[in-house]
Amino acid sequence: MTKSELIERLSLSADVLNKKDAEVIVNTIFDSIGDALAQGDRVEIRGFGSFTVRQRDAREARNPKSGEIVSIPSKKTPFFKTGKELRHRVNCID
Amino acid sequence: MTKADLIENVYLKTGFSKKESAEIVEMVFDLMKDTLEDGEKIKIAGFGNFVVKEKDSRRGRNPQTGDEIEISSRKILTFKPSQVLKASINGSS
Repeated sequence: MTKSELIERLSLSADVLNKKDAEVIVNTIFDSIGDALAQGDRVEIRGFGSFTVRQRDAREARNPKSGEIVSIPSKKTPFFKTGKELRHRVNCID
Repeated sequence: MTKADLIENVYLKTGFSKKESAEIVEMVFDLMKDTLEDGEKIKIAGFGNFVVKEKDSRRGRNPQTGDEIEISSRKILTFKPSQVLKASINGSS
């Protein structure tokens, strides 16, 4: 399912929603989560999961083609932990 | 940030009441959960992909007792953030 399919399905399942509204809502949700993470905030959606920002330390790695050693600076990366309910549903446990 | 903040943002962005906004936000996550439960992946451009992966059964150990145990095959959900999201978190958008 892509974002546009999610928008489509949302507007079909809620009769109050036209497609434009559904689009604004879906975009607002993901933009809000992204903005919160960019500010280093943690986002928790009960029943779905939580998004956090994890710090990756700087490290030395090799360019696999040339064998050259390159230093990779520390960086932040978004991390998603699946919520209990969703974890069980995905794994078909009730 | 919690679901309540998402509802507030939807309320501010649209003409819907708080109650309606709450129902709609709930509906979005329900649709996503139903999709993932069916094993279908979700691709949100500019955000990331949610993918259900099959894990084979394997031998593991109880870290407390050291006993060897069988870990059954299972399905897990993984999130792969998009380049756009990673860049914005590192302050370079």
